[in-house]
Amino acid sequence: MLNYFSSDYFFSHILSFSIWVPVLAGIAVLFTSNDNKPDTTRWVALIGGLAAFLITIPLYTHFNFADGGFQFQEGFNWIPAFHINYHLGADGIAIPLILLTSFTTVIVIISAWEVIEKRVAQYMASFLIMSGLMIGVFSALDAILYYVFWEAMLIPMFLVIGIWGGPNRVYATIKFFLYTLLGSLLMLVAFIYLYMNTNSFEIVDFYNYQMPLNVQVLIFLAFFAAFAVKIPMWPVHTWLPDAHVEAPTGGSVVLAAIALKLGGYSFLRFAMPIAPDAAHYLSGFMITLSLIAIVYIALVALVQKDMKKLIAYSSISHMGFVTLGFFIFNNLGLEGAIVQMVSHGFISAAMFLCVGVLYDRVHSREIKSYGGVANTMPTFAAFAVLFAMANSGLPGTSGFVGEFMVILGAIQENFWYAFLASFTLIFGAAYTLWMVKRVFYGEIANAKVAALKDLCQREFLILAILAVLVLALGIYPQPLTDMTNATVTQLLSHLMQSKLPVGLPSGL
Amino acid sequence: MENIRYDLITALPEIVIVSMAMFILLADLFLKPANRIAIYLLAQVTLLVAAYITFTTHVPSVSYAFTNTFVDDAMSDVLKLMIYLGTSLIFVYSRQYIQQRDMYRGEFYALTLFAVVGMMIMVSGQSMLTLYIGLELLSLSLYALVALDRDNAKATEAAMKYFVLGALASGMLLYGMSMIYGMTGSLNIAEISGALIGADKLHSVLILGLVFIVSGLAFKLGAVPFQMWVPDVYEGSPTAMTMLISSVPKLAAFAFVIRLLVQALPSLAIDWQQMLMFMAVLSIIIGNITAIAQTNLKRMLAYSTISHVGFMMYGLMSASTNGFVYAMFYIVSYVLMTLAGFGMILLLSRKGFEADKLDDFKGLNQRSPWHAFLMLIVMFSMAGVPPTLGFYAKFSVLQAALQAGYLWLVVFAVLMAVIGAFYYLRVIKMMYFDDPVDRNPIEAPMDMRIVLGINSLALLVIGLMPEKLMELCIYAITRSLS
Repeated sequence: MLNYFSSDYFFSHILSFSIWVPVLAGIAVLFTSNDNKPDTTRWVALIGGLAAFLITIPLYTHFNFADGGFQFQEGFNWIPAFHINYHLGADGIAIPLILLTSFTTVIVIISAWEVIEKRVAQYMASFLIMSGLMIGVFSALDAILYYVFWEAMLIPMFLVIGIWGGPNRVYATIKFFLYTLLGSLLMLVAFIYLYMNTNSFEIVDFYNYQMPLNVQVLIFLAFFAAFAVKIPMWPVHTWLPDAHVEAPTGGSVVLAAIALKLGGYSFLRFAMPIAPDAAHYLSGFMITLSLIAIVYIALVALVQKDMKKLIAYSSISHMGFVTLGFFIFNNLGLEGAIVQMVSHGFISAAMFLCVGVLYDRVHSREIKSYGGVANTMPTFAAFAVLFAMANSGLPGTSGFVGEFMVILGAIQENFWYAFLASFTLIFGAAYTLWMVKRVFYGEIANAKVAALKDLCQREFLILAILAVLVLALGIYPQPLTDMTNATVTQLLSHLMQSKLPVGLPSGL
Repeated sequence: MENIRYDLITALPEIVIVSMAMFILLADLFLKPANRIAIYLLAQVTLLVAAYITFTTHVPSVSYAFTNTFVDDAMSDVLKLMIYLGTSLIFVYSRQYIQQRDMYRGEFYALTLFAVVGMMIMVSGQSMLTLYIGLELLSLSLYALVALDRDNAKATEAAMKYFVLGALASGMLLYGMSMIYGMTGSLNIAEISGALIGADKLHSVLILGLVFIVSGLAFKLGAVPFQMWVPDVYEGSPTAMTMLISSVPKLAAFAFVIRLLVQALPSLAIDWQQMLMFMAVLSIIIGNITAIAQTNLKRMLAYSTISHVGFMMYGLMSASTNGFVYAMFYIVSYVLMTLAGFGMILLLSRKGFEADKLDDFKGLNQRSPWHAFLMLIVMFSMAGVPPTLGFYAKFSVLQAALQAGYLWLVVFAVLMAVIGAFYYLRVIKMMYFDDPVDRNPIEAPMDMRIVLGINSLALLVIGLMPEKLMELCIYAITRSLS
C-alpha cells in the first residue's frame, strides 16, 4: 500500500484520484442501499470519505512552496472536436480549498451518522459525489472541464436540499438551482466567445489573450453573473438564506464551507486574470458591493429570528471581505481574502453543526425556542461560544486573521474602505454574541431546554476537531500563507499588466 | 441491365423493409394471437438485416441511383442507421403497452416499417419528387398509426387533427416545390442549385416558393408558428405512437431540411437563414414558457420538443458546415433523450393506466430508485445540464450560432434555457421530493428494463465521451456536403 502511494503513477494523477475516489465511493455507497441496515452504508461512506481525504494530503506535503504556478498537472485530449482537454492542475490558492473540501466531507459524513434516517445511502452518496465534483472545480485547468464540474455539482446539492430539507425545501432548492444556472450559462457564453478567439479552452490561453476594454467588461460581467451569485454578493444573495434554512445540516455545511468558495476561487481563476483591465475598471463597483454586503447584510443578520438564517447572512457578510480583499489589488488584501475563505470554511461549518446539534434535539431553529442552554449542555456551550467568538473575529481565532489582513490591505488603498469594513467587527460581534446570549445564557427557557442532553461522543469529536483548526489557524496561519504566497505574488503581477491590445483605442 | 441492378442494390435496405412489411401484414393473418411474438421478432430482424445491409454497403463516396433521384451518401447511411436503432428501441418499449391496449397486431409493425421506409426515402431523396413521396409515405403511416386504436375517441381526434393539418402542410410544401420547379426547370436537387447560381435571387416567385417550402418544413418539424398540432397530437395519441411521432421522424426531417435548403437552395441561404432565425427564437420562447403550465407529461414533452427544434435551428441558421454538423448532433441527441423519456412513461404505464400525468411520477424515488435515477438523467439531459449529452448538444449549436455572429440571440437562448430548466426540474422534484400517489409495483418485461437502462445511461456516458458521436456527425455532413 505504502509502495503504491509513493509510486510515480499516484503522484502524476493525484488530482484525478482526489476527484474520482470520492465519486466512485459515492457510487459504491449507493449499491449498499438498504434502509433497514443503514450502518453498513454509513461505514462504507466514512471509509470512502476518509480515503478521499487521505489522498488529498500529499497535495500539501509534496507541494513546492516556491512555485506559484500550477502543480500536479496532468491531462489528455478529451474532446478533440472542440479542443477540450481533461487538464488538471492546482496552485497555492486551489490546494487549501481542495483540502478543505475533502476534510469537510468527512465531517459531514460523521455529523449525519444517526441524524439522517431516511435514504441514508443517497444522502451519503450525494455528499461524496459532490465532494469529488467540487475538487474538480478547484483543479480544472480547462474551461469546459471546469464548467462541467461546476454545473454537475448542482445536481447532488439540488437533491440534498430537496429530499432532506425543511418544509419549504422545494422552493428553496429550485431557486438555488435556477439562480446558479442562469449565472453559469452566461459564463458559458463567455467561454465560447473566448474559445472562438483563442481556439482553445485552456485557461492559460485565456490569460494570454488580449482584448479591448469593452470586450473585457462584457466578459467580466458574464463571469460576474456566475460567481457573484455563487459567493453570493449583494444583491444576488437572496437564494442563500432560503437554501441554508431549508437544507439539512450537512447541506448547509457544504454550502457555506465550500460552495461559496467556488465563487470566490473562480473570481481569482477566471474573471480577474482573464479580464484584468475590466477588473480594475470595475473595482470601484465591486468594492461598493462588497462593502454593502459587509455593512448592510450584517445589519440584516442582526434582526434574524432564525439561527440558520442569521448564520447565512453572516456568511454573506464575511464573503464580502473576500471580494473586498480581491479588488483592492494588493498582496495583503488578496492573501487575507484567501485566509478568510479557509477560515470561514471552518467557522461556518462549525456554526451550522452547532445549530444542527440543537435542531436534532429540539427541532426548532428559532432563537426564541431556546434560552439557558448552557445550563443543560455546558460542553456544547463552550464550543458554541468559541465558534461565536471566531465568527465575530476575536484575535487568536482564525476569523481574526483574514479580516485583519483585509482591513490592513484596504487601508493601503483607501482609508474609508477600511473604516467601513471594520464596522463588521462591531456588527459581527453584535449579532453573534447577541444570539449566543439569547440561546445559551439566562434562565432555562422551557421544558425542552431543561431536558437537553449534552454532546454525544460523535458530536464532541467533530466540534473538537473544528475547534482545534479554528484556533490553530488563528494562532499560526503561516502554513496557509506560505502556501498561497508565491501564487498570490504571481497572480498580482499578472493582474497589474494591462491586457489591452497595443495600439488600439481602449474602446470605451 | 447493369444500371437497374446497381439501382436496386443501392436501394436494397428500402426494398428489404418494404417486402418484409408486406410479409408481416400477410403473416399476421395466419398467426394465432398467442404467437404474435413472431411478428415482433420478425420486425426486429428486418431492421437488423436492413442495418447490416446499410452498414456493409457503405462507401464514403456519394452515389446516385434511379436516374439521379435517389442518393446514397454518408449522411443518408448514418441517419438510416440511427433510424433503425430508434425504431428498434420503439418496438422494445412499446410491446407491452400495445399488448395491453389491444393494438398488438401486424398492422402496428407493418405501418411502422412503412413509416421507416418513408423516412429512408426522405433521407435519400435527391429529387423534390422523391423527397415528397418519402414524406407522404411517412405521414400517411403515422396518421394511420395514431388512429390504430379506433375506439379511442381522443386518439381518433388527434389523428384527424394530425391528418388535416399535415395534409395542409404537405400542400404548402408541394406548392413551394412547384414554384421552384417553375423557376429552375428541374426537380433534381443538384440541378436546382446549379440553375440558381447567377439567377435573380430577389425574384418574387423564387422567394415565395422558398417561403412555402420553409413553412411546410416548419410544420413537419413542429417549429413555431406552425406548432399548434404538436401538443394536441402528442397528448391524444397512444403513448407508443407519440414516442414514434416525436423521435425518429425528426431525423428524417433534418435530412429533408439539409437536402432542400442546404443542397438545393444554398443561393437563397440569406433568406432562409432569416426565416429559420425567427422560427428558432419563437420556438424557444413558446416551447419553454408554455411547457411550464402543463400538467400532462406528454404535453410538456411536446412543448419541450418545440423548444428543442428551436435549438436545433440555431445550428441550421448558422449556415456553416459546423452548424449543420452540430444541428445533426443535436437532433441525434434529442432522439435518444426523447426515446428514453417516453420509454419511461411506457414503463410506468399498465393496463388501464397511462402514467402520462406529471403527478404519476410523484415519489418514483421511493418506488424504484433506479428508474428515478434514469429519469433524472433524461431530464437533466433535456435541460442541458452537464455532464449529460444534452449539454454538448446545446453547447455545440450555441457555439455555431456564436461563430455566425448571433451573440445576443445566443444570450437570449441561454436565458430561455434557464426557464426550460424549471419544468424539467419540476419532474425531478416530483420524483424525488414528493410522496408517491401510485404505489403499484412497476411491471415491465426484462428486455425493456435493460434496454431502457442502457438508453438512459447512454445519455450520461456519451455526455462524458461525446467525441465518437461528434466524429460520426462530422463524417456524415462533411462527406455529403462537399
